[in-house]
Amino acid sequence: MIDSNIVLTGQTVAYTFYVLAIMALMGWFSYKVTRNGSGKVVKPALFYSFVGFLVVIGVSLHIVTHETIPWKSMDLNRAEIKADKEFHITMQNHKYLLPVPKLTITKNEKVRFIVESKDLTYGFGLFPVMLMIYFGSLIVRLFIPFDRLNIRDLKESI
Amino acid sequence: MSFIKTLTNSEQGLFKPDSLTPMQKLALRFVVVGLIYYGVVVIEGMLMRLFEVNQGLALGVSPEQFFAIMTAHPLVGIFGSTYSIVFGAFLFLVPFLMKKPLWSIKLGNWNLWLITIGTFVFWFAGFVSHYSPLYTLYWPLPADFSQFSVLGGTFFIVGIALVMVGTAFFVINIYKTITYTPEGWGKQPKGALIKSALGLTGLTNLFSKKKKEHLVSLPVAAIARGTVDTAFNAVVILFAGVLILIYMVAELFGVSLKHSAIDALLYKNIFWWGLDLIADGLVLIFVAGTWYLLATLITGKKLFMENWARAALFVEMIVSWTVWSHHLMSDQAQPGILKILSGEMVTAFELITQGLAFFITLATLWSARPLKMNPPLKFLLGGLLGFALAVPAGIMQADLGLNRILHNTQWIVGPHVHVAILIGLTMTLYSAIYFLFPILTNGAKLYSNKLASFHFWAHLLGGIGMGAFMGMAGLRGMLRRSIYLNGEFNIYMILAAISGSFLLLAFLAFFYNIVMSVGLKGVLGIFMPAKLKTTELLPTEK
Repeated sequence: MIDSNIVLTGQTVAYTFYVLAIMALMGWFSYKVTRNGSGKVVKPALFYSFVGFLVVIGVSLHIVTHETIPWKSMDLNRAEIKADKEFHITMQNHKYLLPVPKLTITKNEKVRFIVESKDLTYGFGLFPVMLMIYFGSLIVRLFIPFDRLNIRDLKESI
Repeated sequence: MSFIKTLTNSEQGLFKPDSLTPMQKLALRFVVVGLIYYGVVVIEGMLMRLFEVNQGLALGVSPEQFFAIMTAHPLVGIFGSTYSIVFGAFLFLVPFLMKKPLWSIKLGNWNLWLITIGTFVFWFAGFVSHYSPLYTLYWPLPADFSQFSVLGGTFFIVGIALVMVGTAFFVINIYKTITYTPEGWGKQPKGALIKSALGLTGLTNLFSKKKKEHLVSLPVAAIARGTVDTAFNAVVILFAGVLILIYMVAELFGVSLKHSAIDALLYKNIFWWGLDLIADGLVLIFVAGTWYLLATLITGKKLFMENWARAALFVEMIVSWTVWSHHLMSDQAQPGILKILSGEMVTAFELITQGLAFFITLATLWSARPLKMNPPLKFLLGGLLGFALAVPAGIMQADLGLNRILHNTQWIVGPHVHVAILIGLTMTLYSAIYFLFPILTNGAKLYSNKLASFHFWAHLLGGIGMGAFMGMAGLRGMLRRSIYLNGEFNIYMILAAISGSFLLLAFLAFFYNIVMSVGLKGVLGIFMPAKLKTTELLPTEK
């Protein structure tokens, strides 16, 4: 199953490759634009192809992630998912109030975290998955796939 | 000339402030104020970079001050620096391109001073009182008086409100200048001018055999389009400010209003709808318009695919009004449909509209080969590269799956925000400044082209480097608004600080170059009342 480490690695590789490519393109363009040209203007067909390419990239990114990143479809369909276990967590005065000191989850269990803020707007996540929690707004129902044995840190942010 | 003479009287004594028209002075005042605030932002940014490496290095900055700096830093950057430079340039360029005087120079000066004073007030309030609800002002943090001083917060919000009133004056001046009829002119067609300015004429021309003439040039259309978002943004920020002020004033009178009276999620939706009109609206539109203008001015050629460029401006209006939800993708209470439609799909359109502007600008430059690699062209290419790097980074984080691991990390503020602003936006503005410099100063000479070259490379490498190292830390889990006491991400923070120091050096080189070009007397002269009594933009040649 694809996990956050695989997603992060994929993203890092893809974006690094893109950055190097676009910097090389701009370097090449900067050199060529100072040299004599053939006098030809750019063909509109190239422009329309580029627009089509951007449309394909923009849409396909979301389709690919929907089909491959497990927590994306889980999040969109979370109302229909039946949880095996629930944890009620309260956040107040910049601290977590956990129901038990150590939250133990069995592999492949579907767990729902019900998190509520008593004062400010906080971030809550089982790193590296981050969410926002609001004071006064609906409690949060979060599913995170636990498909392997691991210890995760709770992190808090504003 | 000796160093002292040049420092006092400008390079070769060419800059003479007495020869400036009131309009030139107005534009130059905006630029000077914008650059001073940019200097403040760079110094504050550097302090934060040092603090992230080791608290002891940051010249006595305490954690409370660190968060206060973090709150003021982007706001001074956007309002004090960018707004000033952009407003000054556009208040000059709209009349310049439409060949008629600005509707009101007086209103332009009010605009300038409200932004200058407003920025100082909120910066100073934050500096003294450590008011630090962070720049996103998530409810109820700005009204949390158990942490923050009510009085400090009140001054902070009043400062922001002054900036917004100044912004409203800019909006009025731009639209009145486009539509009004100057003395001695035939009556101007207001409706047709507005349609052309908003990009509607360009859009209908795409589907009509009978092409209508464009009454305003493309850069003016871009300025007018971005100004719509500027106006809405000012309204929303003022609305949020008034709401926070109500809580503050009540607290000052001893009444603590309940925070739960405000729905935090609804507040965040409204706030981001307004704030995104800057981030995803006017910045992208103003930048695209500036690229088009610079490309046509540098090449002397017609813009490639002009009707498409105009139509894209109109599409961008729809995009910027409906794109805000990508800031709420990790908010569990936000409806899923908004996350998908507004957050993912509409945001993806920004890849298309900004990609179009990128391609059109490059194609226009290409058509005029060979071009001389002077500072305006260099910085324009840097600006194009900045957005080519930052926009795809933004599209990635606006994906529901990826957002969960990128949200609130250094990735957001590194490869996306800082690269977009420092490389994309600021280098575009520098390009415009270098291009307009001889026009606004009646032929003053740049002190040193070598310093301009150093400015370019140090800024480019520093900005990209800082964004990249912040991004690497973010991908390893470093949050964007947290202090790490045990040096968990030190290697990236040290490299980001070194890159940041390049940005500081770049700014110092630029500032020194400009001061030597116009001289200290010249800088003071810019702020003295104009001796020429004319509404013309440039002095009449005798």
